Amino acid sequence: MRQPKQRALIGLALIGLALAILPLVVGAALGNTWVRVLDYALLYIMLALGLNIVVGFAGLLDLGYIAFYAVGAYLYALLASPHFGLHLPAWVILPLGALVAGVFGVLLGAPTLRLRGDYLAIVTLGFGEIIRIFLNNLNAPVNITNGPQGIARIDPISIAGHPLSRPLEIFGYTLSGVTLYYYLFVVLAIGIIFVGIRLQDSRIGRAWVAIREDEIAAKACGIDTRNVKLLAFAMGASFGGVAGGLFAGFQEFVSPESFGLLESIMVLCMVVLGGMGHIPGVILGGLLLTLLPEAFRHGAGPVQQALFGKVLLDPESLRMLLFGVALILVMLYRPAGLWPEARHRRELAEK
Amino acid sequence: MSVLLEATKIGKHFGGVQALKDVSLTINTGEIYGLIGPNGAGKTTFFNVLTGLYPKDGGTVTFDGAPLPLGSPHAVTRAGIARTFQNIRLFANMTALENVMVGRHARAKVGVGGAVMRHRRAREEEAAIRRRAEELLHYVGIADRGGQLARHLAYGDQRRLEIARALATEPRLLALDEPAAGMNATETSELKTLIEGIRADGVTVLLIEHDVKLVMGLCDRVAVLDYGEKIAEDVPDAVKRDPKVIEAYLGA
Ligand SMILES: Nc1ncnc2c1ncn2[C@@H]1O[C@H](COP(=O)(O)OP(=O)(O)OP(=O)(O)O)[C@@H](O)[C@H]1O
Ligand SMILES: [Mg+2]
Repeated sequence: MRQPKQRALIGLALIGLALAILPLVVGAALGNTWVRVLDYALLYIMLALGLNIVVGFAGLLDLGYIAFYAVGAYLYALLASPHFGLHLPAWVILPLGALVAGVFGVLLGAPTLRLRGDYLAIVTLGFGEIIRIFLNNLNAPVNITNGPQGIARIDPISIAGHPLSRPLEIFGYTLSGVTLYYYLFVVLAIGIIFVGIRLQDSRIGRAWVAIREDEIAAKACGIDTRNVKLLAFAMGASFGGVAGGLFAGFQEFVSPESFGLLESIMVLCMVVLGGMGHIPGVILGGLLLTLLPEAFRHGAGPVQQALFGKVLLDPESLRMLLFGVALILVMLYRPAGLWPEARHRRELAEK
Repeated sequence: MSVLLEATKIGKHFGGVQALKDVSLTINTGEIYGLIGPNGAGKTTFFNVLTGLYPKDGGTVTFDGAPLPLGSPHAVTRAGIARTFQNIRLFANMTALENVMVGRHARAKVGVGGAVMRHRRAREEEAAIRRRAEELLHYVGIADRGGQLARHLAYGDQRRLEIARALATEPRLLALDEPAAGMNATETSELKTLIEGIRADGVTVLLIEHDVKLVMGLCDRVAVLDYGEKIAEDVPDAVKRDPKVIEAYLGA
């Protein structure tokens, strides 16, 4: 009994250590640009984990998920910037962002409860766009969101009085701002992973999967499908809200164009490509879909230069092309995602 | 003998089809009550109305002395009626054990907070859910299949699993929609033993079945539906001899 538990602890410690030195290694080898990319990857992982609750567990195809990211981001922007002259601390705004996004999740989820599949996708897509359009236009008659210009000069997230945007000197070693943000994001991402795993492995998680598998049978099992679905929307949205708040503090700027349909689709791709309903798969999906395009953007130009002596194809369009090809390949050869649940393997092992 | 369920003048139509016409029946506590009739007679529709899946046109149902909350299926389950489906509805990509654990949902309380914190009460409840689910798999005779995905189970085992899942909700009335469909003779006789055991354990059974021998051998009383109307209700021997029933099955 003791042995596997100890081994698991050692494994966790090693992962912790790796996560702790990762930004230092990356920063030294590739520069802070890449630590910044890691930061974005962590934000996307949080988003993908939130969407995974709705799409992966409960089976509700939501194409407007990015709206909750927007809600969290704008809440942070409004409460910690010169726009309204408010400067609340992050530890107040982030939980509030989770709550407010969760309420939005329920409000936008409630009208869709009877819808499934394609119909649900279309309606949620519409809701996502409505939020973005609101953000774009709520600058008159009263200026709430500052319209398309967005909100600038947002306060960075501070911990113990130190803004994370500013480098920190410890033991004669300087940690850059992006590295500090990395540590914060890692801690919160681990928190979200923890909550996700605990929920999945509970009465609530089983109820979500039951609804995904057969809604009528779920009702017959005594599951109040309305409440349990709303709970999925709320939980997923609150993860998105936290990620949004972090995004606003990190960028110190938000504008509606960060929250378009393409972003929703991107997050959905992370979930589907990684392995719907499987938390490690979803993390992998988030990581790959942030890192690979970025690597490509930086690498495609120089590689072409070296091979052909000139840049034949614009890296940006090549990136989208390869992205499309990769999606098609994965859907053809690994329709359950790159890292789907190991249920089948477990089942074989028991026989 | 006390009355467990009393349905009065239940009506249901689909467009021009009158699937149920003023159907009234009374099920006593502790009996096995059969519901038979030719194809399309309205038996499944009666189940669907009774369990709140379809809204009814009219009529009332009292269960255990109180009106049944027909508006919401989950409330009907909580009130103590569980069912299986004619065309098996399992959670295909969950294991057999998980399927039964889902059946405990309504009888458990732990919410998001408990699930995340996993405090002692939450852990105890989860352990109790698992233990009960394992017991029920054993009870229906598929204890060794707990780890298999529901969709990989043999047909007969799927039927048993559905019964275990229904029993997990702690019903007072278990409604079975053609549980013997597609079973061979051995499986059917095992099923008969199982249903008798369920009744002996204090659960009243409402049984839709086409297998006449099974119904007649198992049920205390039988009601016959034909074109949405109840044309007979009596002990099996009397129903068998009823000319209206003979005509419904042979005529048409
Ligand atoms: N959802 C529905 N929509 C439209 N018509 C329906 C629906 N469900 C049942 N019906 C119709 O109601 C009538 C009764 O059907 P029901 O399924 O209750 O019969 P049954 O007695 O269970 O038959 P079987 O023995 O074949 O299962 C049939 O004419 C059927 O076509
Ligand atoms: Mg039927």
